[in-house]
Amino acid sequence: MRYFLYKLSSFITTIIIVSMMIFFVFQLLPGNPAQIILGIDADPNQVAQLEKQLGLDRSSAERYMDWVAGLLQGDLGESLRYQLPVSDILIERIPVTASLAILSIILTVVIGVPLGIFIAHSDGKRVSIFLNVLTQLGISIPSFWFGFILILAFSVTLQLFPTYGYVPWSEDFLGALRSFFLPSFAIAVGNIAIVIRYLRNTILDQSKMDYVRTARVKGLKEHSILYGHILRNSLIPVLTIMGLLVADTLGGSIIIENVFSLPGLGNLLIQSITSRDFPLVQSMVLYIAIIVLLINFIVDILYKVIDPRIRLKG
Amino acid sequence: MEKAKSIPFYIGVGLIVFLLSVMVISIFYTPYDPNAMDSANRLAAPSMEHPFGTDNFGRDILSRIMEGSQTAFIIGVSSVTIGLIIGFLLGAIGGYFGGWIDEVISRFIDAMLAFPGILLAIMLIAVFSTGMMNTIIALGMMSIPSFARITRSSFIQYKEYDFVKASIAKGASSLRIIFQHILPNAISPILVAVALSFSGAVLSESGLSYLGLGVQPPDPSWGRMLKEAQAYIASAPWYVILTGLAITFLVLGFNLLADGLRDKQDKKA
Repeated sequence: MRYFLYKLSSFITTIIIVSMMIFFVFQLLPGNPAQIILGIDADPNQVAQLEKQLGLDRSSAERYMDWVAGLLQGDLGESLRYQLPVSDILIERIPVTASLAILSIILTVVIGVPLGIFIAHSDGKRVSIFLNVLTQLGISIPSFWFGFILILAFSVTLQLFPTYGYVPWSEDFLGALRSFFLPSFAIAVGNIAIVIRYLRNTILDQSKMDYVRTARVKGLKEHSILYGHILRNSLIPVLTIMGLLVADTLGGSIIIENVFSLPGLGNLLIQSITSRDFPLVQSMVLYIAIIVLLINFIVDILYKVIDPRIRLKG
Repeated sequence: MEKAKSIPFYIGVGLIVFLLSVMVISIFYTPYDPNAMDSANRLAAPSMEHPFGTDNFGRDILSRIMEGSQTAFIIGVSSVTIGLIIGFLLGAIGGYFGGWIDEVISRFIDAMLAFPGILLAIMLIAVFSTGMMNTIIALGMMSIPSFARITRSSFIQYKEYDFVKASIAKGASSLRIIFQHILPNAISPILVAVALSFSGAVLSESGLSYLGLGVQPPDPSWGRMLKEAQAYIASAPWYVILTGLAITFLVLGFNLLADGLRDKQDKKA
């Protein structure tokens, strides 16, 4: 319980600091924000009106409090370009990014975990050097470039998947799956490599533990030692990096959505920056950061539930 | 075993040395003027004349990739320097003094880590606008947390060692202890972080420039080349493939270097 409260309080404190940081950075917009948004030759009346809409006639502290109070009531402000509440726009975009992220995480686990286990077995010198370089390659490849390569291989040459565009799940389930597969895989590649490396290292570390020797002395088969003992203890640390992987996946989708023209949050973010829709950008950045913090918080709690040995600052 | 394990490390060093030489050569020599257009020779496939082919304006891709390496190294070196200086100071102060100041710095670092991928850089660039200088600053900011964390944990560890306690007892100043006694011992994990941040910066710059939020013309950039190349993915696949390989090899070089440094350090410990 103390652990939970500690994590909860640091979760909330971090959100507050993040929101202050974001707010502060957007205060640094050089010059008059209303003028920047509308352009140099904008009508002064319009500029004055926008200044009022942005609350520029009040102090930053007041505006910050307004923003936070709005956020707490689910009001993320209003987009300048769309003239719509930010929350309405986000709700349309979230399913796309969420589908991409979930599919990508599934691919990471389904491909990464078995490969990691398999590779931990093959501890040959040559094989391990080869795998080391190969997984480093997976981490080093720019995901958007890998997206191009997938398009080149599977869409242009083999014509198995659509190149760009998005099919909603409700319209055509298989079509949606096909439109999400390549972008999800492009994001997943780096994470698969990370999971493989991490799992292999933890399995090798665990294999040297006393309990494994005991199990071996007891005459247990290698197979049951691996699955009954080692794997159980190795998958817990993997859970901790899941939080990291979800963050990576969300970060990756910012670029990948633009490669595959998927109308998700990342796509919206870049469009809003290009059209100088600062209220929308500001709220979106905070929204994405809160998702990341929330997932890390959940992972921390799950970790504790699965392995009660974990203590505060332990 | 010892020797076998370091093969990836040498592959990494090899890649870095090779690309560094390409970068140095490109300052004095490129096969063609990277900006010279040749409308009769648009999207030409790789040949003896143009080993990497030409782009949509008939410009020589090899020359453009060579020139782009300058930007990659400048971005890498400058942003790592910014991240290292600020991150080291924050980590050293927090780890060495502890208490409330450590708490404040740690919370600040946690907050920075809540921005996934290149989101922090994107936010900074959205506010301060694009270009080489702002890209460097944004990527430098992005690398602060990793330096701060690594430095902090080394300082917490070494602060308890007898040699540090002895100098405190002798009345050495905090600055002296931080820079003269603890820093030399904390150097190897920091070097690993330098290599990792370098590869991260190159990767992020390519992503930002691909999105149109990074380096702007006339400064050359591999990421922006990829943005242009995307439209010709079917008609001129070599443009996409070769430009992406340049980024991948530079990033891979530094990642292998970091991994090798970490292995050596683990063995020592």
